Amino acid sequence: MYILKEKKEYDVVIVGSGAGGGMATKVLSEAGLKVAVVEAGPHFDPANPEQMTQMKQPYHSPRRGANTSRAFGDFDMAYGGWDIEGEPYTRAEGTDFDWFRSRMLGGRTNHWGRISLRFGPLDFKSKSRDGIGEDWPIGYEDVKPYYDKVDKLIGVFGSKENIYNEPDGFFLPVPKPRLHELYYKKGAEKAGVKVMPSRMSILTKRINQERGVCFYCNQCSRSCQVYADFSAGSCLIFPAQKSGGQIALYTDSMVREVTVDGNGKATGVNYIDKKSGLDYSIKAKVVVMAASSCSTARILLNSKSASHPNGLGNSSGLIGKYLHDSTGGGRMGFVPNLMNRKTYNEDGVGGMHLYSPWWLDNKKLDFARGYHIEVWGGLGAPSYGFGFNPNDLNSFFGKPVGGYGEFLRQDVKKYYGSLIGMDGRGESIARKENYCEIDPNRKDQWGIPVLRFNYKWSDEELKQAKHMQNTFEEIITNMGGIPLGEKPGRDKNYGLQTPGRIIHEVGTTRMGDDPKKSVVNPFEKLHDLDNVFVVDAGPFVSQADKNPTWTILALSWRTSDYIVDQFKQQNF
Amino acid sequence: MNRRDSIKYIATGTLASGLLFSGCDWAEKKEAVVKSLWKYKYGRTPSEIEHDNLLLSQKFFSQEEMEMITQLGHFILPRNEAGNIEEAEVPEFIEFMAKDFPEFQKPLREGLTAINERAQLQFNLSFVKTDDKQKKLLIDPIAYPDAVAEALLEQSEFFTLMRNLVLTGYFTSEVGLKDLGYQGNQPNVWDGVPEDILREHQMEYDPKWTSNFLDVDKRNDVAQWDGDGNLIT
Repeated sequence: MYILKEKKEYDVVIVGSGAGGGMATKVLSEAGLKVAVVEAGPHFDPANPEQMTQMKQPYHSPRRGANTSRAFGDFDMAYGGWDIEGEPYTRAEGTDFDWFRSRMLGGRTNHWGRISLRFGPLDFKSKSRDGIGEDWPIGYEDVKPYYDKVDKLIGVFGSKENIYNEPDGFFLPVPKPRLHELYYKKGAEKAGVKVMPSRMSILTKRINQERGVCFYCNQCSRSCQVYADFSAGSCLIFPAQKSGGQIALYTDSMVREVTVDGNGKATGVNYIDKKSGLDYSIKAKVVVMAASSCSTARILLNSKSASHPNGLGNSSGLIGKYLHDSTGGGRMGFVPNLMNRKTYNEDGVGGMHLYSPWWLDNKKLDFARGYHIEVWGGLGAPSYGFGFNPNDLNSFFGKPVGGYGEFLRQDVKKYYGSLIGMDGRGESIARKENYCEIDPNRKDQWGIPVLRFNYKWSDEELKQAKHMQNTFEEIITNMGGIPLGEKPGRDKNYGLQTPGRIIHEVGTTRMGDDPKKSVVNPFEKLHDLDNVFVVDAGPFVSQADKNPTWTILALSWRTSDYIVDQFKQQNF
Repeated sequence: MNRRDSIKYIATGTLASGLLFSGCDWAEKKEAVVKSLWKYKYGRTPSEIEHDNLLLSQKFFSQEEMEMITQLGHFILPRNEAGNIEEAEVPEFIEFMAKDFPEFQKPLREGLTAINERAQLQFNLSFVKTDDKQKKLLIDPIAYPDAVAEALLEQSEFFTLMRNLVLTGYFTSEVGLKDLGYQGNQPNVWDGVPEDILREHQMEYDPKWTSNFLDVDKRNDVAQWDGDGNLIT
């Protein structure tokens, strides 16, 4: 293979531009380092009218927003999805894993749910608590200063609650709950379930003159044109460029491998320019991997050399191991009191205004680790699928289902806003038996060997999912509602979603003090090399029942500070 | 089904016989495509535009089938002063979905054919020539899924699919959104559920939470905190 060389040499090359890569880009470039960012997808700016889907109407899409083109519907801002043409992955027989990739500047931060939760003190020390899994080598006190800095830099709304394992931060004011959320609060509290304002990285209040303030269109999943929600481009990379950072963006550039010299030290990366199909190499003193847990594992495992025969940084054999995603389960209910609603603009922010953190003590339960509950419903915007089976709910009133005529129109209006739903998002156990590896028989369209997933849920997750379903039913009933559909039993894994579906996959380059039992050290540096770091969710030892993004950001900032310090000491 | 699969269907020709280019000449077609491109401009990637243009330039349903879809649409959701299915561009939407989601092609085409055959059999007329009374006699036996004769099950499933597409097409259109009373998708400041609605539902905002709520008048003041994380602006 002929490889063209980039003339410029950099201090740092960063692979990936999502939460981890974006934060590293900002901190390292603002410290004066010359940075190259290599992103597998195109440039994306939520303020670019050519790319913008925010504030478009459903009828602007010929498919009315259906998901035949984009996995989460036509307006969702993730280029990619569960299946990307020419870039397959495989699954070992009898196992299951779905892998979501977003190929664009900012990655998945352009469409994510903005739920921004800190891990608590217990979340870093799970093994000490219940004897399962492993403790992180660092604790909440190590990460807290960075959580604080992330709160102030990016902005997150929330309320101070003084709950030990749900640490408070520097919060912006919360939006008032919607009507169905008030119903949820009543029903949940009656079931003994804690309810509090959600914590989301959406600007309900100004934090600087560069970013706008939320105007309540409910469309954070489309990425905000006034930058009032967090995405890595709008909040980290673009500001770093504006403040004079020396940043070279390589878009549509897919990294094939990390390169090393004769001594086994990393020298940069080789990538494919997707537009020309040509291979290039970039030289840098330090390599920062931020391609997402599984992509980073894939690149490292594909970076084989005489000095690193099992892949780069893989002397432990653990790269790809301990892959784990959040558990996910849900239920929908019908609340007759919410029928025939007077309509008003109830869009609010892009997501829930309140939620339930984990509220129980696992010592009294038959499973380890908890889950939080997200709630949905209300007078939301119709999109493809709205009006399907318009009057199934008539069956609760002994009235005919189906039919035709003016009454269908009235039925749709009658039931608009009367459905509520709950989703549980919980912690799964990181297990060595769940992993991704290189499939020896399959390559993608660029000739790069692809990942093969091996993943099975254990009893811990199944029992947790069963508990979720019982809780949902109790809350719906307490709200005066009727749970819809059949309650999923053991034959349906209690409604537990396929691994990967919650898109919180973490753990493939586990952090630890012992190089035999982990891949990176507490500063996310590969044990085997002095100049390669991993700042995506790969280093997560356990994922808590919290969404991973806020912790990715805090750890990436912490690692970036360490890298800057090492540069100052001329260690690279 | 994802986009790749739907392209595959078209390319392998399994259903391509129905996907003939419309009869108009090239200049006319180009103009139509450019018009629809402008109409559907909503942040597409180059490959998405290419795919949508391909679909928009193809025709799946015949003229008679389109007329049947339109008549069925009006029958399912009769026009009133608020709007009708043609204003909502429901027939165009169904034509597009048949190409965008090829699984719809077989049930829709077979369903239209079957109901046409029943019209011929019962009234010696094609479906589009039947009057409202005759339509009612044709549709009643398939309109209520809980009470359908065994022999008409497939017809009933077809009618359910039509009803779903007609209603979703209508309520995602400009007239349909207005008819529904949806008032969002515009810049605003959310300051909670209107008072009268709270009262109607016997709800109130928890007084313990009030201090956390957004003060809409101060939302443009740059946030500052004390050392304990208390907001001071």
